[in-house]
Amino acid sequence: MPEHSESELVAALKAGDPHAFTELVERHSGTVYNLALRLLNNPQEAEEVLQETFLSAFRALDRFEGRSKLSTWLYRIAYNTALMRLRKHSVPLTSIDEPLATDEGQALPRQLVDWSTLPDEILLGSELRNVLAEGVAALPETLRSVFVLRDIEGLSTAETAAILDLTETNVKVRLHRARLALREHLTAYFTSAGAVGRRGGEDAHGEDGSRAV
Amino acid sequence: MPMGRMGPVPCDEILAALSEYLDGELDEQLCAEIERHMAACGNCRIMVDTLRKTILLYRTYGHEELPEGARERLYAILPLKRAA
Repeated sequence: MPEHSESELVAALKAGDPHAFTELVERHSGTVYNLALRLLNNPQEAEEVLQETFLSAFRALDRFEGRSKLSTWLYRIAYNTALMRLRKHSVPLTSIDEPLATDEGQALPRQLVDWSTLPDEILLGSELRNVLAEGVAALPETLRSVFVLRDIEGLSTAETAAILDLTETNVKVRLHRARLALREHLTAYFTSAGAVGRRGGEDAHGEDGSRAV
Repeated sequence: MPMGRMGPVPCDEILAALSEYLDGELDEQLCAEIERHMAACGNCRIMVDTLRKTILLYRTYGHEELPEGARERLYAILPLKRAA
């Protein structure tokens, strides 16, 4: 099946070409699923969001006017579908409109341990995927969606901003906060797993509790 | 990070700029300031190395494949005319 350009794909979709819809699914189901999975932290619900997203897209195709990229349009549907489910859950959510603390004077962690030079057999242990998932699940929703789209799915700042209705500056601020929190999470894991000690590299001299500032 | 300041850049300003630094979004002068700082500050070096590794691990291993059969279940509920 030849890959269409975006405008060809939109035209084929509107003409009801089943190959075109298959292409849409093949191109974008991964990101739709991962966004839903990380927001809802539940594979079953993520699959339901995947189905609802493509069904909604299928029904709404006639109204797609091409003002955004097709992927942006689709991921917005996915995000809103997942968000509606999230809001039905009893867990209180942080509001998307909640102002971010813009004070960049976040405290540097007291202990700086260098686990970046650990050998792959430790870094890439069997628990790694679970540890990565737990880290994302622990993020506030406002940071999670930005992190998934930017760093896991590799979308641009501009597209992430368009999907989530944020400014690009806000995307960058949230991405940075998410990364710092996840770095902390991995540091805690690699430290508690006993992986980091003397092997943590010659610069691992922060274990005396001294602050970096 | 304010430009043109005198003296060394404090660690918290380095920390605030690290994502943009790692994403290649800072201009040369700011990159040079960060690199000068890191040459002298072991903690900030660890911070940037572990932050870079965090991003790399998520980029490489953070994406989950669709569950087995999910694609087929999706196609089954879509009202597509089956292509030959």
